Amino acid sequence: MTDYLIPLLFATLALLTLRRGTDPYEALLRGASEGLLLLPRLLPCLIALLTASAMLRASGFFDLLSLLLGPLLNTLGISAELLPLMLLQPLSGSGSMALAAELMAEHGADSEIGRMAAVLIGSSETTFYTIAVYFSAAGIQKSRYAVPAALIGDIAGMAAAIMAVKLHF
Amino acid sequence: MLLGKLLVLLFLLSLLSAALTGSMAAVSAAALSGAADAVTLLISISGALCLWSGIMELMRCSGTADALSRRLQPILRLLLPNASRDRETLSALAANLSANLLGLGNAATPPGLKAARRMATGHNGQADDELCRLVVLNSCSLQLLPTTAAALRAAHGAAAPFDILGAVWIASLASIVAGLGAAKLFSLFGRDR
Repeated sequence: MTDYLIPLLFATLALLTLRRGTDPYEALLRGASEGLLLLPRLLPCLIALLTASAMLRASGFFDLLSLLLGPLLNTLGISAELLPLMLLQPLSGSGSMALAAELMAEHGADSEIGRMAAVLIGSSETTFYTIAVYFSAAGIQKSRYAVPAALIGDIAGMAAAIMAVKLHF
Repeated sequence: MLLGKLLVLLFLLSLLSAALTGSMAAVSAAALSGAADAVTLLISISGALCLWSGIMELMRCSGTADALSRRLQPILRLLLPNASRDRETLSALAANLSANLLGLGNAATPPGLKAARRMATGHNGQADDELCRLVVLNSCSLQLLPTTAAALRAAHGAAAPFDILGAVWIASLASIVAGLGAAKLFSLFGRDR
């Protein structure tokens, strides 16, 4: 059903535009060239963010932290294997996808860890990426409380994700 | 400055962990490949980004954007009252919100950025409360159908890929409520009002 969404949307919009007497081709090009102008503003912040998160992942930081926090998480009933996923999620969408896929491959999609991984990636966005992209596009230097507020949202979402899977399944 | 401090923190943590785990060579290599990945990522999203900007223009020209704005106006007025007063910002916000709800992340970004740019004009590079709220909303997941997570589950042999739906909704709701609540508290009691 969701497969119909995009083709149906495109066809409907083009048809409606044509019926209003506007050239849908011209309109599409106008919008697309507007999008093109965004790209050079996005690249610098992508470079900064992806370089830093690639370095952190390669440095073994997540393994060290899992060792350190593992016992604490285990007493809370959370597998330490989920920690790298939770830490990486705000930084890198493709990275957290890969980690979630690994967890599902290792433990099975219907295991508790597999489900938690799926709920974790299904219920959050790449926070730092979003903030960096929005503020660099808008030319904002002072982000004020946006980062801590968004991170509090992330942490609450992660806690709720883990509890919901524990209670629900 | 906060993103600047984050960058320093990430660099220092990488340096320290690499020294402890003996992975300094890997970190050096990762720095360069990370930068290259940024360019690859930009190229891979640029087609979708431009396409959805084009579709947004079609929405505007077909009158769909106006209809959508009217539908979503009550909720947007509540969340972002000042921004909703400007007609073009409102229609960009409506497109951003609906694309987020439908799980079209790529489609949500162009109108979201457009709204953010309009909301930031005349603020001398400082984010106001509403812009912070918009960013918090977009950094939380508003997606009603977690298609990517379900696809991953299906690929790994889940019996019912979408049976996580309830848990995903609870988690999303918790993060939205906590994020917006925290933003409200910061704007009321923050030092940098």
